[in-house]
Amino acid sequence: MMKFRFRRQGNDPQRERIKQELFAFNKTVEHGFPNQPSALAYDPQLQLMAIGTKSGAIKVYGAPGVEFTGLHKDTAAVTQIHFLSGQGRILSLLDDNSLHLWEIGGKEGHSYLEEVRSFSLPGRPGIESTSATRVTVLLLKLNLDLLCVGTEGGGVHFLQLPTFSLLDRSLFHDEVMQSAPEEYKCGKSLGPVEALQEHPQQAEKILIGYSRGLVVLWDLNTRHVDNLFLGKQQLESLVWERSGNTFVSSHSDGGYLVWTVNSSTPCTHQPTTSTIPYGPFPCKAVNKILWRTTETGCVNAAQRTVGGMPRASYGDRHCLTILQDSTHVTLDFTSRVIDFFTVHCIDQEKEYDDPTSLVVLLEEELVVIDLATPGWPTIPSPYLAPLHSSAITCSYHISNVPSKLWERIITAGQSQSANQTHGDWPICGGRSVAPESKQKELLLTGHEDGTVRFWDASGVSLQPLYKLSTANIFQTDCDHNDSLTQAGEEEWPPFRKVGCFDPYSDDPRLGIQKICLCKYSGKLVVAGTAGQVIVMYLSDEKSDHMIDVATVDLLQDREGFTWKGHDRLPPKTGSVVFAPGFQPVVLVQCIPPAAVTAVTLHAEWNLIAFGTSHGFGLFDYHRRAPVLARCTLHPNDSLAMEGPLSRVKSLKKSLRQSFRRIRKSRVSGKKRAVISNPTSKVQEANAQLAEQDAEMAPVQRRIEARSADDSLSGVVRCLCFADTFLRDGTHHGPTMWAGTNSGSVYAYALEVPSQEKFSEQSVEAVLGKEIQLMHRAPVVSIAVLDGRGNPLPEPYEVSRDLAKAPDMQGSHSVLIASEEQFKVFMLPKVSAKTKFKLTAHEGCRVRKVALVTFTSVSSEEYCENGLVCLTNLGDIHVFSVPALRPQVRYDCIRKEDISGIASCVFTKTGQGFYLISPSEYERFSLSARVITEPLCQVDVDRLHDLTVLRYSKLSHCLHLQFEHNEVFSCVIKICSSKYLQARMKLPVLSSPFLESPNSSADLTLDTTGELTVEDVKDFLVYVLHLDTLYVSCGRAVYEGAVNDS
Amino acid sequence: MNRNPREPSAVEFGAEFRRFSLDRSKPGKFDEFYGLLQHVHRIPNVDLLVGYADVHGDLLPINNDGNYHKAITTAAPLLRLFLQRKEEADYSAFGTESLTRKKTPAALAAVLLRPDGNRKKPPIIISLPQDFRPVSSIIDVDILPETHRRVRLYKHGQEKPLGFYIRDGSSVRVTPQGLEKVPGIFISRLVPGGLAESTGLLAVNDEVLEVNGIEVAGKSLDQVTDMMIANSHNLIITVKPANQRNNIVRRGGRDASGSSGRSSDSGTSFYMASNAIAMTPSHIIQNFRPEEEEDSEDEEDLVIEGGGAAIPIGHVAASAGVTCSMPSLPRYEPHLNLRTSNGGMAASASMDTVSHKDQDMEVQAVARRSLEEDGTVITL
Repeated sequence: MMKFRFRRQGNDPQRERIKQELFAFNKTVEHGFPNQPSALAYDPQLQLMAIGTKSGAIKVYGAPGVEFTGLHKDTAAVTQIHFLSGQGRILSLLDDNSLHLWEIGGKEGHSYLEEVRSFSLPGRPGIESTSATRVTVLLLKLNLDLLCVGTEGGGVHFLQLPTFSLLDRSLFHDEVMQSAPEEYKCGKSLGPVEALQEHPQQAEKILIGYSRGLVVLWDLNTRHVDNLFLGKQQLESLVWERSGNTFVSSHSDGGYLVWTVNSSTPCTHQPTTSTIPYGPFPCKAVNKILWRTTETGCVNAAQRTVGGMPRASYGDRHCLTILQDSTHVTLDFTSRVIDFFTVHCIDQEKEYDDPTSLVVLLEEELVVIDLATPGWPTIPSPYLAPLHSSAITCSYHISNVPSKLWERIITAGQSQSANQTHGDWPICGGRSVAPESKQKELLLTGHEDGTVRFWDASGVSLQPLYKLSTANIFQTDCDHNDSLTQAGEEEWPPFRKVGCFDPYSDDPRLGIQKICLCKYSGKLVVAGTAGQVIVMYLSDEKSDHMIDVATVDLLQDREGFTWKGHDRLPPKTGSVVFAPGFQPVVLVQCIPPAAVTAVTLHAEWNLIAFGTSHGFGLFDYHRRAPVLARCTLHPNDSLAMEGPLSRVKSLKKSLRQSFRRIRKSRVSGKKRAVISNPTSKVQEANAQLAEQDAEMAPVQRRIEARSADDSLSGVVRCLCFADTFLRDGTHHGPTMWAGTNSGSVYAYALEVPSQEKFSEQSVEAVLGKEIQLMHRAPVVSIAVLDGRGNPLPEPYEVSRDLAKAPDMQGSHSVLIASEEQFKVFMLPKVSAKTKFKLTAHEGCRVRKVALVTFTSVSSEEYCENGLVCLTNLGDIHVFSVPALRPQVRYDCIRKEDISGIASCVFTKTGQGFYLISPSEYERFSLSARVITEPLCQVDVDRLHDLTVLRYSKLSHCLHLQFEHNEVFSCVIKICSSKYLQARMKLPVLSSPFLESPNSSADLTLDTTGELTVEDVKDFLVYVLHLDTLYVSCGRAVYEGAVNDS
Repeated sequence: MNRNPREPSAVEFGAEFRRFSLDRSKPGKFDEFYGLLQHVHRIPNVDLLVGYADVHGDLLPINNDGNYHKAITTAAPLLRLFLQRKEEADYSAFGTESLTRKKTPAALAAVLLRPDGNRKKPPIIISLPQDFRPVSSIIDVDILPETHRRVRLYKHGQEKPLGFYIRDGSSVRVTPQGLEKVPGIFISRLVPGGLAESTGLLAVNDEVLEVNGIEVAGKSLDQVTDMMIANSHNLIITVKPANQRNNIVRRGGRDASGSSGRSSDSGTSFYMASNAIAMTPSHIIQNFRPEEEEDSEDEEDLVIEGGGAAIPIGHVAASAGVTCSMPSLPRYEPHLNLRTSNGGMAASASMDTVSHKDQDMEVQAVARRSLEEDGTVITL
C-alpha cells in the first residue's frame, strides 16, 4: 500500500545542494561544569588546566575559549592526570590501572586533543593477586623522560617516556629496608607508596613516602638511600620546600610535620616541627598539603592543607585551610574537595614561590582564590560555570540581544558580585582563534530555589551575567540571611563560606517553571511552581516598593473540584528593597496554585497570558487588571485537582507491576538452584506457576484512541499572541491563542486600546474560535505565519524598525504543532492547508518544536524558515514552513535520556542546548552557518613528535624480559615495501638508561631519499617494545610489525 | 389498497385500518406518499416506519423512491402497508420469513401487535440496511501474500473502544542467510466487546507487520503503539495471523496455487476443488462508498466559531504544497460477510510460509487484473 508510505521528495540535486548549505548537525561544545570530576592537573608552562571525570573524559581549559575534550575508550574513572609540562602532553591514570598519553595536536591552525599511547599495568581493581602492582601515585620527572610509579605493593617502578617502556630498575621494600634501623623494621610492612616527590634542586633524587610513615630520599643514579625519615604516623602526602632543605609531610591524624634534610645524618628520627592545627581532639586526615614561600615576613609563609578538621564537630564539612603567618582561613565548601593547586612562579632562579592564586576543584564547582589580594577574594571563573548550583528547572534562550539591554544586565550583574575581584584569570594558556560572535545571546535558566540566572551564551564559554532571585518577594519558612554566614571574630576554626553550589531549596514552590523576556522593553515574566506569575521590569536604580498582588481564579466557579495540592506562596506585605536589575511590578497568583505550564508576554500590548493544568488567564499588567480567565478542565478529570504529589498514585500500579516482574524473575532464577532438593517440589511448582504468570502478563501496550476525558487533559501547553485575522479576512487585530493537552485550541480576539488610552480603556477578550483537533494529542506549539509564510515578528520589532513588517495583505495561517502532527490552517476560516503526521509515519512523538531561520553558508542573503522538532526518540527533524516537507533528520539525544530531551531549547538561528548531566549543557548546531565551537591554538614545544608513532598497544610490556640483547635479535618485518621513499622524519626516543651499543642522544633523521630496512632496524632499536611499528611517510602511514620472539 | 396502519398505544392494541387508493401509473415521490399516510391517519408529526408485504409475504421497508415504486409495482392489486411509530419500531419484523408463515392479515397483525408482556426476551434491534456502516474490512487482498491480512478498523468517533493490546516478541523469518529470529510486535490481548474482538479479524498472537502502510520492523513497542494511536481513527493493520487456516484464498485456481508459492502441479487440483466449493460472488457485500473513505481518511478537526455552532473543517481543495494528501484507496473494498460459513475450505493455506512472500508478489501482479473483476470471498 504505497500510498501511505512516506512520500519521498524527488532527489533534486539542486535542492540537495541547498539543503547541504543550510543544514548540518554538529555537537559543538559542552557548557557548564563537568559531571563527577575526579582528577585535576595544571601545566604552569603552558598555563593549561586539565580535569578528568569519572566517565573517562579529560577536559583541558586555558584562556577563555580555549577548550579541548578527550574521551578514553573505556569508561573508567580518571584517577590522576599529569601534564608533561610544556610539551602539550597529558598523562592520565584510570581506575582500571591503565596509563594513557594524550597529545595536543595541531591541524589547520586549530589544536585538538588525541590519545596517542596507552599502557596497562596488570593490576586490576578487585583482583587480589594483582593489587600489588596497582598504581597509587605517579611522579613525572621534571626533564620529562622518566615516570616513577608508586604501587600498592610498595614497589616503585620506572617507565621511560614517552614510550612507556618499563626499565629494569624497580625499587622494592627490601632494598629500602636494608638501610632502615632494626628497631624501625619490627617485621611490619612499609605499606603502599603514598607520595613521590622530586627534589627541587637535584633531579636525580626523589622523596618516597610510604603509608606507614617512612620517608626515603632515594638517589636514582647511585641506587642508594640518601636519607631516611622515620615517621610513625600514617602518611598522606609530601611536599618539598622550594629550596630543597626541608619538606612537609601530612598525616592521617590531621597533623603535619616539617622535616629538615641534612646530608650528614642519614637517619632522621624526629621532625623539626609537628603541628595538628585543629587538635587536640581527633581530627580527620590532611589528604594533601602544599607549601609555598613568599617574601612577606617569615621564611615559610603559606601552607595549605585540606581536611584536618576535628572529626566530631566538623567531620562532615569539606574544608581547605590556608595558613600564612598569623593569617588562618578555613575555606568551607559545599561539596567534596577533589584536588587543588597553586599558580605560582616556576622560575628556578627566583627565591620564592610567590603564589598568585589557589585553584580548588570541588565535586560540583571550581573555586579560584586570589592570593595576591589581601582578604583572599574569589575570582569569578570565565568557564566551568556551576549551572546546577540549584537544580535547573527550565531554560529559555534569547538570540540577538540588543546591546542596550545587554549592557544593563551586565551592570546589574556586576553590582551583585561585590565579594569578587575582577583580577586576571590565572589560567590563560593557548589562544582562541574562533571568530568573535556577531550576536549577543542570552541563556536564562530557571532554578528550583526560585532564581533565574542569566548566562552569556554568545561564545564557547558560558559566563554568568546576572542572578535574579524571586524568593525575596515571598514569605518563606527560612529567610536566609547572608549576614549569618559571616563568621564572628572569635569563631574557631575560622570558617569562610566559599562557592555557590547550594542544592537545597528553601521551598519547592519557589521553583521556576516558565520564563519569557521581551528583549526590547526589558520586561520579564517568570512563572513558578505555586502558580505565581511575576512581571518584572529592568531598572538601573535601587528601589523600595510594594508589590501589587492579584489573584486569578482559573476554575471559574467550576463545581465539584477541590484542590488537594500545595498552598500558594504568601507574598510579603509592606515594601521590599530591590537591588538594581529586574524588579517585580506585579505578582499574579493562579487559583488553584498549580504549577504554571505556559506563559507568554506581549510588552507592546502590556499583556501577559499564563496557563496551568486548570485553565489559562490573560492579565493586563499596566492596569493591574485581569482580562480573562478560562477553565479548560474536563468534568471527568480528577487527577488535575490532586496537585503534584499525588501523581505518585498513578505510578503505583506500574511500579507494583514491575516489582512483581522482578520478583518473578528472581523466583525463576532460583529454580535451578533448588532443583536437587526433593522437598522443594512445591517451591518448584510455585516458581513454574510464577513463570507462567509472567508469560501471561508481558509488557504490553493498550491501543486506544484518546478520549476527551483522559486525565490532565486540561493542561494548558502553549500560549501565543499574534496580530492576525481571526474574525474576518479584512481586519486584523490582536489575538491570543491557547493549546491544551487534549488537542483543544482556543483563539481569542482582543480589543487592545491604543498606547495613549491604556490607562483609561480596558482590554477586552472575545472568544473567536475553538478548535478541537480530532486526534486529541497535546498541542505543543502555536505560531501564526504571515502571507508569505514567515513567522510574525516579535513585539516592538516592527515599530522599532528592527524587522521587516509582516505581509498583512496575503492570507495568514496558523501552524499548530501537536505531539503527533503539524498542521497549517488558513485564517480566518481555519481550514486545513498542509499537514504532516509525524507519529503516524515514524512512531515518534513531538517533544520540542521551534521556528528557526536557517541561513545558507554560501550566501547570507539566502535563508529559509524551518520547523525544528525534537522527538521522544531523541532525534531532530527539520521541516520546511509552511509546506511542512521533511528536510533532514539527525540523531541527537539518546532516547533513554529523558531529562536531556526535556531540557532541550532551540535558538532562532538553528542551534540548541540540552542537559547531558545536571551540570552540563551540550550545545549543538543544526545550521551549516551558525556554529559556536571552540577553535583554539596552543603552541607546544615538543622535541619528540609522537604523531608518527601513533597509537600502539603496549599492554604486554611488563611480561617481557627486558634484556636488551634479546630485543636486538628480534626479527624485523616492515611492510612489504623494502624502500620507503619520501621525506621522513623519524623520531628517536632519548633513552639514557638504555645501555645498547646503538644508543645515542636525540637523533632525528631528516633525510630525503631511500630508507632501507637497515635504517628501519636502527630505528627499531629505539622503539624497542612496540609490537607494531607505524612509520609516517608524507601523508601515508606505513605499518610494520616487530616480532618479539 | 389495504392498509394496515398501526397506532400502538398503551390504551389499546387497537390497530387502525385505513384503505385508500393510488394511481399505479403515477405513484409520485416517496415523500408525497409519506405525507399522504400521515394525513390520512391524522398524525402529521409522528415519525413513521413504513413497510409492506411483498409477494413472498416478506415485510419490506418503504423509505425511498426506489422501494416505494417497487412496492407499488408489486401490488396485486392490493398493497398491504404496515406503519409503525419509529421510536417503537420492531425492526426484527423486517426481513425474510417474517411474513411467510403467517400470510393472513391477522397473522401479520399478530406479529406486529404482540403485547410486550408476552415477549420472552427483547428482540434484537437491527437497523435498516442503509444505516449500517462498516466497522472493519479486509483490504488489499489482491496485493498481499495470502499469509498476510490487512485489516481496517473504522473508528468513526464512536464510543466502542478499539480494544486490543500489543506486545514485543520474536518471529522466525527466512532470510538469504537462512532462518533468523527477529523481533516482532504481536497482538497480546483483545478486550471483550471491543471493536477488534467483535470483527473477528484480529486474534491474539497475530504478528503486526505494518501500520497504515508503514512497516513496523525495527520499531520499538512504544513507537508502534504511538503509530497505532495516531492512526486510531482509521487504523489499517497488516498482520500475519497466528492461525493461518482462515486465510483468504483467491478465486481462480491457477492464481491461487501460484500465489501459494508451491509448485503448481502439486497444488492445482486441490485449490481448484476448494475454490469451487467456497467461492460465490454473492457473498461479497460492497456497501462501502469511496467518498466516505475520503472523509475518514482526513480526520476532521472541529472548529467552533465564537458563539456559533460547530462546523467541521473542510479540506482546502487543491491547495498547493500538500505533502500528505493521499490518493484514494482502490475502490475494491470487500466487506466481510459474516453470514457465510464456508469453514474448512482453506486448510491448505496454513502451509504457506513467509519465505514465499517475494514470489507471491510477482504472481499477484500478473493476477491482479482478473481479481479486481471477480472480487474476493472471505471465509471464516
